[in-house]
Amino acid sequence: MTLITTLSTWIIPCIILLVLVVATWKKVPTYESFVEGGKEGVSMAVSLLPFLLGMMVSIAILRGSGALEAFIEWISPFLMAIGVPADIVPLALVRPISGTAALGMTTELIQSHGPDSFIGRLASTMQGSTDTTLYILTVYFGAVGIRRMGDALKVGLIADFIGIIASIIIVSIVFL
Amino acid sequence: MVNLIWAFMAIIGIVYAMFNGTMDQVNQALFQGADEAVTLTIGLISVLVFWLGIMKVAEEAGLLRILTRLFKPFVTRLFPDIPKNHPAMGYILSNFTANLFGLGNAATPMGIKAMEQMKQLSQSDKASRSMITFLAINTSSLTLIPTTVIAIRMKYESAAPTEIVGTTILATLVSTTAAIIVDRIFHYRRVRKNKR
Repeated sequence: MTLITTLSTWIIPCIILLVLVVATWKKVPTYESFVEGGKEGVSMAVSLLPFLLGMMVSIAILRGSGALEAFIEWISPFLMAIGVPADIVPLALVRPISGTAALGMTTELIQSHGPDSFIGRLASTMQGSTDTTLYILTVYFGAVGIRRMGDALKVGLIADFIGIIASIIIVSIVFL
Repeated sequence: MVNLIWAFMAIIGIVYAMFNGTMDQVNQALFQGADEAVTLTIGLISVLVFWLGIMKVAEEAGLLRILTRLFKPFVTRLFPDIPKNHPAMGYILSNFTANLFGLGNAATPMGIKAMEQMKQLSQSDKASRSMITFLAINTSSLTLIPTTVIAIRMKYESAAPTEIVGTTILATLVSTTAAIIVDRIFHYRRVRKNKR
């Protein structure tokens, strides 16, 4: 445990140290390069705003109206039929759509079932082994102006589904 | 596709609210969502400026080239249509590395840079083969150490907060492998369709 906590606090400063030492050694004008590279960040964030805002508003409407919950309730029996535990269904469905909502659900599951329960472990594993597909697509494609996404969303969602099933199987084998 | 999903989420939400009397919540959610996006973007500015700055220094110091050379056999196979010494490779690799160590913050700017480079290669507003592969791997998550989850588990007094690291790595391995395989299947289907 201490090793991992230490590692996660040391890693960023160490990367920066490495970059700066090597750059200084190679006589790179470090500060000027940093500023030049950083300049791009401002315009990048600003150009991302409409993409993020549009997506987040749409997701907020879906959640706020209660339609997302109703949908989850409607589809739950199908997922439970293939062995997905009932408590985890909402998390599995929300994970690709909204990162903050998923994190909230994970926290809630860990809080109510206990971190060392089956559901707690499963929620933890699922949270760690999947990512917010819709957000990543919005940000990465939005930032560089890709309008036709091809199969990216389909591939991402199929992989999410496989990842969720895999989490359930793996956690069952390891902890049950 | 994204146009449909985007519009449908809002349409379904509003229509549902009409019949279920949740219009108040929709009104609230609308502006809360917009507000959240602005807060998120402002938060992103600091992260983007900082990491893009550091990346620029790393690039000029030749560190990206070293990283690329180290993992060349692996990534050239994953991204066959990116020329071997193209800067896109360096950014793709730094994005993967940042993801592996759970530096989600640092991964985003590098991912965007990688996309920029890949767009220069394809010169089109259509997602290229390598872009789709790159996104598939990213959306399947590459985390080795899920720091956020560990923190939550510690907060709720888990007896072993890190015991899920093993299962997370295994599940990540499965989902990433699946992402790569699914991406390949879709790619070859596309190629066959175009030939006909």
